[in-house]
Amino acid sequence: MGQRVNDLMGWVDARFPLTKMWEEHLSKYYAPKNFNFWYFFGSLAIMVLVIQVLSGIFLAMFYKPDTALAFQSVEMNIMRDVEWGWLIRYFHSTGASAFFIVVYLHMFRGLIYGSYKKPRELVWIFGVLIFLALMAEGFMGYLLPWGQMSFWGAQVIINLVSAIPFVGEDLGIWVRGDFVIGDATLNRFFSLHIIAIPLILIGLIVAHIIALHEVGSNNPDGVEIKKNKDENGIPRDGIPFHPYYSVKDIVGVVVFLMFFAGVVFFIPEMFGYFLEHANFEPANPLKTPEHIAPVWYFTPYYSILRAVPSIAGSAFPGVIAMGAAIVVLFFLPWLDRNPVKSIRYRAGWYKILVALFVVAFITLGYLGTKAPTDMRTLVAQICTIYYFAFFLLMPFYTKMETNKPVPERVTMK
Amino acid sequence: MKKTILILLTFVAMTSTGLVLTSGGEHLEKASINVDDKASLQRGVKVFTDYCLSCHSAKYVRFNRVATDLGMTEEQVMGNLNHLGTKFGSTMTAVMTPEYAKQAFGAVPPDLSLVARSRGVDWLYSYLKGFYADPSKTTGHNNIVFKDVGMPNIFWKQEGVKKPLIEDHDGEKVIVGTEVVEQGTMTPEEFNAMINDLVAYMSYMGEPNQSYRKSLGVYVLIFLVVLFGFAYAMKKDYWKGVH
Amino acid sequence: MSTDAVNNSKRRFLVVSTTVVGAIGAGFVAVPFIKSWKPSAKALAAGAPVQVDISKIEEGQMITVEWRGKPVYVLNRTDENIKVLETDTEMLADPDSEMSTQPDYCKNPTRSYDSHRKVIVMEGVCTHLGCAPKYVPDLNNPFAGSLGHDWKGGYFCPCHGSIYDLAGRVRKSMPAPKNLPIMPYYFKSDTVILIGQDGSNA
Repeated sequence: MGQRVNDLMGWVDARFPLTKMWEEHLSKYYAPKNFNFWYFFGSLAIMVLVIQVLSGIFLAMFYKPDTALAFQSVEMNIMRDVEWGWLIRYFHSTGASAFFIVVYLHMFRGLIYGSYKKPRELVWIFGVLIFLALMAEGFMGYLLPWGQMSFWGAQVIINLVSAIPFVGEDLGIWVRGDFVIGDATLNRFFSLHIIAIPLILIGLIVAHIIALHEVGSNNPDGVEIKKNKDENGIPRDGIPFHPYYSVKDIVGVVVFLMFFAGVVFFIPEMFGYFLEHANFEPANPLKTPEHIAPVWYFTPYYSILRAVPSIAGSAFPGVIAMGAAIVVLFFLPWLDRNPVKSIRYRAGWYKILVALFVVAFITLGYLGTKAPTDMRTLVAQICTIYYFAFFLLMPFYTKMETNKPVPERVTMK
Repeated sequence: MKKTILILLTFVAMTSTGLVLTSGGEHLEKASINVDDKASLQRGVKVFTDYCLSCHSAKYVRFNRVATDLGMTEEQVMGNLNHLGTKFGSTMTAVMTPEYAKQAFGAVPPDLSLVARSRGVDWLYSYLKGFYADPSKTTGHNNIVFKDVGMPNIFWKQEGVKKPLIEDHDGEKVIVGTEVVEQGTMTPEEFNAMINDLVAYMSYMGEPNQSYRKSLGVYVLIFLVVLFGFAYAMKKDYWKGVH
Repeated sequence: MSTDAVNNSKRRFLVVSTTVVGAIGAGFVAVPFIKSWKPSAKALAAGAPVQVDISKIEEGQMITVEWRGKPVYVLNRTDENIKVLETDTEMLADPDSEMSTQPDYCKNPTRSYDSHRKVIVMEGVCTHLGCAPKYVPDLNNPFAGSLGHDWKGGYFCPCHGSIYDLAGRVRKSMPAPKNLPIMPYYFKSDTVILIGQDGSNA
């Protein structure tokens, strides 16, 4: 039996580098042994991707991208008439939010442990591209149920395109394929949501992982484990990803699934954050809901958009600011001039700056779900200024840090 | 690191409480419903089909599904609930045609299949109890939670005639509640119970599988706890040599 | 790196049990996805039994009703037709309907309820390739050439020429292998039938 398996593997390996790939990426990929809690979110993002692809394939079997049928196909066909359709839909709607939770935490990990620094700049850039693709995926997917929030959320965002000077108006019409969001818009968003962007997303994820495995994983101490190898060329602080991190990540996945199932089975609406109440009403182009807010994962950037005052009656500056808030992430590897990677060995005041950044980001997110008032707009403006200052002033303040000594070897805290 | 997380959490707590305090909310009476109580749902669906379905539709709700979920027979549903005599597997359509409704009310009354999910059960409860006499309106009444609503007060016979309780808030007249001035055919307790049954049914109708979903969720979580036990033990075993 | 002794049997137990429990979970997760392909409540409602009033169908007349997207023939036969059914068995491929699809209560020469022998209810779906055979009571029709001079009434499939008698039984050496299928149905009263459901105590 064993001999047979070996023969078969030999036959395959002579034609396809199966064993080689297995070893390169799993059984002989040496990862630092000191990964902590924050290092679960990469594999969890893959887990969520699988959930989304699987549930999405099945939803596409019952969904109808037609303005006259879309709402009914979701709320009647999928949620009521198709056996278990409701569960598949809740997997997908909860998965969408879970994707962003996991990715935000994954990015935060990169931020605090300096995972974007040399030699991992490309890993980070591919990551930001994944984040962008994910936002596009979420935005287009949100139109599909064709509820009031689907329609008006898309209306607001597509109107941002129209704010671009000179070409905006025509561009907006081109994106919609109509003068209002209609059948043409819904149909193209459906196609992009289920085919184009998922393909891009998966391609980027592959690139992200290949780049990571080329340079090796960072760790909470920010120590390059490849600098200290034993006589066999194996990093002394490294352990093979499989079985060590595969068994560890399985535990992470199970814990994640507990939270996921908790939401799917007990609070699928998440108090109106994962499934907004107004979206249980079919889209009505003649009646704006009392309060329009994008889904929670867009609200930090939506807040930045609203915080920037319009100049000469044009919302364009806000659009620029929102775009810049994401574009600035691409430059992070070059903005941070501190050679020390991990926040553990950086200045105490830098930790406070990061903590304040998190506060500003969450506050922006919270404010984005609320109707603006003078007070809220002021708070959002302060947070927006802090968001940009945190990144753009980095080249100056990161040079002034007094670092703690970085250890030679990783520590097992 | 732990210190950072602590600082962070404090900040988040502080900011969010500050923000929550500044945001107001409208006052709704709490509905007291139990979607697992089939007797209540059966009473509720009777009220729903007798009153609401005259003008409103529930076009995503099938009679046969209601029968199965609420534990009723085909005969009960076809005899007591399906007033139009449509098929057992058909959905709930309004007795009034949309064209006629448009003529009578100026707009087609909204479909109610999902109203409990879009408005919430407390809103429904407060709304259905929120009518009061207002001679300035053509319908003869108004509503506390839905100002100038076009819907007639269908339960006035049961509830009786009510007048608004007005309080003076810094020179501004604010309606804070209603008061029965002419007793209807039901006592206030009976009326509240009927509205609760109705709202319970509408909540069921908004998501027919909600009870099943929750009971299934318990088993799923139990399963995941078992799986966690094995997975964690396996991880421990592999990692005991890593220092 | 690892100096602690590995207890192989314990480790194998943990790997196997985690895998088995995980596989059971995956199996449960697969169920909703597989079941979602079953006919939806909408399809089931559309495929619900159809009630047909047969009081207006005169002898020798046939009506077609739709059930589950298929044509269903309801034919009221004459006494003469019934007699023919007892004598034409030699020409038939499956005169006793042994290989054909029908409820037990219709597995007889007339392929109908004993209480209502003249009325036959069957799917108008040729067992060859699914065309709808034409009801041809006499030779006064465009297919007469294919039917022969002693035609006593029956069904003719225009697609590939299969010929059935008035009980939906196919003739020998025809493209169609079996008799026309009969779905469950029952008489709610003498004049009303319910197609798609067996009667209680039928």
